[in-house]
Amino acid sequence: MIEFQDLHKAFDGKQVLQGLSLKIRDAETVVIIGYSGTGKSVALKHIVGLLHPDAGDVIVDGQAVGTLDRNELTLLRRGIGYVFQFAALFDSMTVAENLELGLRRRGLDEEEIQERVREALALVDLSGTGDRMPAELSGGMRKRVGIARAIALRPRYILYDEPTTGLDPVTSAVIDRLMVRTREHLGVTGVVVTHDMRSAYTVGDRIAMLYEGRVRQVGSVAEIQETEDPVVRQFIEGRPE
Amino acid sequence: MIQAIGRRSISAIEAVGRFGQFLMDMTRALADLGVWARLLIGQMRRIGVDSLPVALFIAAFTGVVLALQASYTFTGAVPLYFVGTLVGKTMMLELGPVLTGLALAGRVGASMAAELGTMKVTEQVDALETLAYDPQSYLVVPRVLAATLMFPVIVSFAIATGIITGWLTSLALLDLSTPDFLKGLKLFYLFKDVWFGLLKSASFGFTIALVGCSVGLSTRGGAEGVGRSTTRTVVYSAIFILVLDAFWAVVLL
Repeated sequence: MIEFQDLHKAFDGKQVLQGLSLKIRDAETVVIIGYSGTGKSVALKHIVGLLHPDAGDVIVDGQAVGTLDRNELTLLRRGIGYVFQFAALFDSMTVAENLELGLRRRGLDEEEIQERVREALALVDLSGTGDRMPAELSGGMRKRVGIARAIALRPRYILYDEPTTGLDPVTSAVIDRLMVRTREHLGVTGVVVTHDMRSAYTVGDRIAMLYEGRVRQVGSVAEIQETEDPVVRQFIEGRPE
Repeated sequence: MIQAIGRRSISAIEAVGRFGQFLMDMTRALADLGVWARLLIGQMRRIGVDSLPVALFIAAFTGVVLALQASYTFTGAVPLYFVGTLVGKTMMLELGPVLTGLALAGRVGASMAAELGTMKVTEQVDALETLAYDPQSYLVVPRVLAATLMFPVIVSFAIATGIITGWLTSLALLDLSTPDFLKGLKLFYLFKDVWFGLLKSASFGFTIALVGCSVGLSTRGGAEGVGRSTTRTVVYSAIFILVLDAFWAVVLL
């Protein structure tokens, strides 16, 4: 289980998170929605210790991430896959090498590594692209490789940072389907940060709206769709006023 | 005015603190041998092979100029075989290490800052961390060790090249024979000349790579930030090289 406990974070004096509290239960996918700059990605980075909280903390499997030392953090990260907004593929490595890197760190033997790479690429419909460089791939393919890199690790948690941003509607739908398939196949707990409502409704078990640094409303897809909160309504309907 | 000076002073002290922390993190990452050891050879090859042409080009022309300037200075006052002495001593003690260091601050340091800076702004460094790698042991340690080990090798070739071109210039353009050039070269030669130059070059390699990695990994913003980091690396490295050059001269000569 992942739990944000009264999380606060500021950058250069600007308060981004102001008491974020949210529980993510095992095997569910929670989508965090909210306006640009409200701290969705910042919240996600706290889960893997890429950022340190000013106050409060994130509890992952009973461990307060902000208090872990480097070795403990490394162990925690072994159970978490992270899909970055722009995929963050290593551009000096081939697709296969991108996937292999995390697996080698886990000390797997070569046969197992190759098997997992094949399996993960097949799951994202990119079999046969292992020898290609990231620069040769389209934006959608890069995102799928990013997802493959995360699922090859067979993590307990997968964190998706804006997985459909910048993609055309069809490619976005492919990524959504992939996230659903990943949850069904691997039974992982997912946290998805997005402002793409179609994606949120497709992949989320629950949706949490982040507003002014804290959760404004959290509920099932149906509850969010029927909300009477004016701020949440305005956001999910995409109304300018 | 006073506020501005205060802000700049605090900022400078913070920068020194961050650099010290970076150095400590790198020292700690040395324990992660399994990660950096397999990347070391690749970095050594990259630094060595990529840097050699620039270093040799500079050294070749430095040797020519040294021989001609020595002959111009010595004419009528000092025996011409001292051209060999001046070319040898200057290449080994000063110009070999320092000119190569300054050139490689641009070639190696800037390249490291640009590469790591781009990785930083495109979240590749964060990705590395989420894959349970320490960026210090994966990115910094192999580069710093490779530069520390390879700079003396590159400088050795540069020194040899400078002496050879100095000798060829003496033969072709000055009225100096090979035995006379060699006589001058051996005249005040000390083994210390060699190790002093190589020690200096190792310290330059260490510093250039450390600055390149440190500045690269602290890059913020997009392409503009990478550009700023690259420029900053060249400037800081050049300053460090000149300060270190003076430091070693005071301590060891």
